[in-house]
Amino acid sequence: MTSLVAGPGHTDTGSPAFNSEAIRADFPILERTVRGGKPLVYLDSGATSQRPVPVIDAEQEFLTTHLSAVHRGAHQLAEEATDFYESARLRISRFIGAPSAEELVFTKNATEAINLVAYSFGNATYSDEPEAARFRLGPGDEIVVTEMEHHANLVPWQELCRRTGATLRWFGLTDDFRLDLSNISELINSRTRVVAFTHQSNVLGTVNPVAEIVEAARKVGALTVLDACQSVPHAPVDLAELGVDFAAFSGHKMLGPSGVGGLYGRYELLSQMPPFLTGGSMIEQVFIDHSTYAAPPARFEAGVPMTSQAVGLGAAVDYLNDLGMPVVAAHEAELTGYALQQLSSLDGIRLIGPSENVDRGGAVSFVVDGVHAHDVGQILDNEGVAVRVGHHCAWPLHRRYGIAATVRASFAVYNTVSEVDVLVDAVQSAQKFFGGRG
Amino acid sequence: MQMEQLYQEIILDHHRSPHHAGLRDPFDTEVHHVNPTCGDEITLRVALGDVEPGSGSAGSVVVTDISYEGMGCSISQASTSVMTDLLIGRTVTEALGILDEFTAMATSRGTISGDEEVLGDGIAFAGVSKYPARVKCALLGWMAFKDATAQTVSRPNDVVTQTGGSAS
Repeated sequence: MTSLVAGPGHTDTGSPAFNSEAIRADFPILERTVRGGKPLVYLDSGATSQRPVPVIDAEQEFLTTHLSAVHRGAHQLAEEATDFYESARLRISRFIGAPSAEELVFTKNATEAINLVAYSFGNATYSDEPEAARFRLGPGDEIVVTEMEHHANLVPWQELCRRTGATLRWFGLTDDFRLDLSNISELINSRTRVVAFTHQSNVLGTVNPVAEIVEAARKVGALTVLDACQSVPHAPVDLAELGVDFAAFSGHKMLGPSGVGGLYGRYELLSQMPPFLTGGSMIEQVFIDHSTYAAPPARFEAGVPMTSQAVGLGAAVDYLNDLGMPVVAAHEAELTGYALQQLSSLDGIRLIGPSENVDRGGAVSFVVDGVHAHDVGQILDNEGVAVRVGHHCAWPLHRRYGIAATVRASFAVYNTVSEVDVLVDAVQSAQKFFGGRG
Repeated sequence: MQMEQLYQEIILDHHRSPHHAGLRDPFDTEVHHVNPTCGDEITLRVALGDVEPGSGSAGSVVVTDISYEGMGCSISQASTSVMTDLLIGRTVTEALGILDEFTAMATSRGTISGDEEVLGDGIAFAGVSKYPARVKCALLGWMAFKDATAQTVSRPNDVVTQTGGSAS
């Protein structure tokens, strides 16, 4: 397709290694047109990112050459499939900074990963195993979340509170779209058992101060659960260094396949947690009236798991590693900064997220005065610009700011500065269309 | 498709100046419907009254008022406004017939253009059916009306209690 970036010599990040055109060539879908011949401007990677050829090829190669059920079977294909699956686990675990591959559990997505933790805690509450004691919850205990959580890191905790009698509490948000930490010492107290929070808001783009929250949680012996869906794909993330106890992420938001995600958990905790889903693969011994369970991560991977998806996700982290996550982060920061600057310069646009490009990632949400987000999205779509509109599964956040819905542009490594220009032009078209007629 | 075909003037007009907006008394049933994918919501009240007091059949029950309050996109707001124009004053049977035709058009993926004799301004929403993601917007108010009406007619004696008719 026509180059969306300047010619040779132009570097979006200032890094000579960064070749936007070469990267875009790895994503064939970016060459297609939509809505009557408009070049696709895909700014919805916060929902699902596109996949590069190496990821698609890795899945295809696995399916055409090695497909078999993993961790069972006595044949060559079973061995090969298991090696591919476990090799993917190792590479992905290194990518997220897990000290060992055993600390990464494959799940179908981040939602399942968070539910796995919440249900394991719930199961611990009804378990008489001594090692389950530290996860038990009951009346008087508190679980702390934030008002900016995606429903996936909110509803499971609401449900866990409902089942166990624990109390849900939350950090509020400031008018400048950050977590309100002013009451952290009151909010995270001796009754707090779990603190679940997002690394980077999927709406605001805000990056939260993980270290400060982890420190407060540790002081009172509370467990931390980090929603890393929007951080792991876009910047170097070292979960061990961050010091969280658990973290969840999704494959399809990080250039990988859907149907695979991951739960990181410190081994010490995973090895004491009761299982969530039970059945095949996750057992140690089964008798007619009771069973014992395998060590993690197998304990949390009941049934035949996804395989080509895990292999594809392994290829996705290889791809990101080859680019270099600092380079990916720098490129996306440039796009974010430019988008913030261009959108703020328009009249009648209100950014819903920090306007300063500091401690924030590449989710840029906004409202257009007098035009509903759904209507803005429709005009953008007509110009070939794919964005997300609505509450982005963060309804309490939208209520906090008194808005029903926002438009969200979200970036990935394959986006360009020129695409931001197309977005800004399309937003102006929407303003004109709804403001200028009648 | 040109955006002018989707967002016809009639839709933008109803969006800017919605008809029968606001919540009014008396009413028989109030419902609250949301579109969970986008967060749009509507509170809608239906008041029904008997043409022939005591006759009791749906065919003789008239939609005396539809009032509403909500937030949503231009499509959902305008569609609800058009609906109130079309359905107030009709019998419940007629209203549900119009609702069925509107629903069929809106979900037709562009294959049904709608009968102007039946749908009036409602045919302006034919273009919406080509955008599957917007169909729920166009139907939000209509589904709220259907729900509120069904609740009213299935409730014994309710039609008459708040609309001034005699006991059936």
